[in-house]
Amino acid sequence: MMATATIRSGGPQRREGRLPLLLLMWLVGGLLSMVHFVDAYAADVFANDGLHDPQGPAFMELQRPAEALAVLPADTAGNKVLWVKALRDGLIKPRTNIMPETKIQILDMDIIFSNTGDNDFVRFPHRAHTEWLDCANCHEEIFKTKFGATPIKMSAILEGKFCGKCHGAVAFPLSECARCHSVKPASFRGQFGVQPVEKK
Amino acid sequence: MCNPLKKNKKQFSSLWSVLGIVLILMPFPSAMAEYADVILNKNAEKEGMRPVIYPHWFHRIRFRCKVCHHELGFKMQVGGNDITMANILDGKYCGMCHNDEVAWGLEHCHRCHSGLPGLPTSIKGGDKAGGPGDY
Repeated sequence: MMATATIRSGGPQRREGRLPLLLLMWLVGGLLSMVHFVDAYAADVFANDGLHDPQGPAFMELQRPAEALAVLPADTAGNKVLWVKALRDGLIKPRTNIMPETKIQILDMDIIFSNTGDNDFVRFPHRAHTEWLDCANCHEEIFKTKFGATPIKMSAILEGKFCGKCHGAVAFPLSECARCHSVKPASFRGQFGVQPVEKK
Repeated sequence: MCNPLKKNKKQFSSLWSVLGIVLILMPFPSAMAEYADVILNKNAEKEGMRPVIYPHWFHRIRFRCKVCHHELGFKMQVGGNDITMANILDGKYCGMCHNDEVAWGLEHCHRCHSGLPGLPTSIKGGDKAGGPGDY
């Protein structure tokens, strides 16, 4: 009887003494595993990407993508970065040219493509494209400058031709249908093709 | 005996233990090549160097696409150019910038020649629509 009573009275005390210690251990454990997790991501993402050789002499000198990209506006596909927004918000300031004589041209003109089958019409914004690219990157090799002169097929785009030259390889991928197919045919009231430039 | 405060503490600590276990057991993120990483290995391994890994994301923060794909003459096609160390040293292609003026110079061989041996010239992506085409 005596022994039982002692244990009973000692029980809650012991537990109370243990609690802060356990809490501390859990806290430290949790933090350590978080550090471990972040560290694993920051340092080892290149070790497991099937691309970089961890034996390479400069392996640790290379910047990991997360360090640079995590601070940019998040997207859901590709690099998970809204590149155009990052550029327009001034979060990145990529150089437009190396050679001083290079002419920088930005064209603010949209084109609406209506031959899109059952899908919504496509609005192509020249501005977003010319902010990154030169006219000659697309014209005349991939696309004729004249509207409608180049027959564009979705099947060809999916094979990496036309828009698929970049979209699906470096620009936002082809899983993002509605970003291009963004104009509802039922509500569209204007002319197809070249859109009038809005006065700003 | 049954102090509700204590019970709360206990629940709180068990929550921590669960969190701790979850964090400890959390698998390493399945690493994939970053979207649009390019492997260039037409000449590298033949010449006894690791394949080159060109990260689009890294360059895109610093340069518009047109700088490389217009001014420097890189075709928008993996393997589309015959890039050799000789013409880079002559200031062509990568050598336009990697010259200790625009960007760090060519003495840092292994920053570019950083790929696993045996990789074919190609472009990588982490998205399901990576594309089966002629990239």
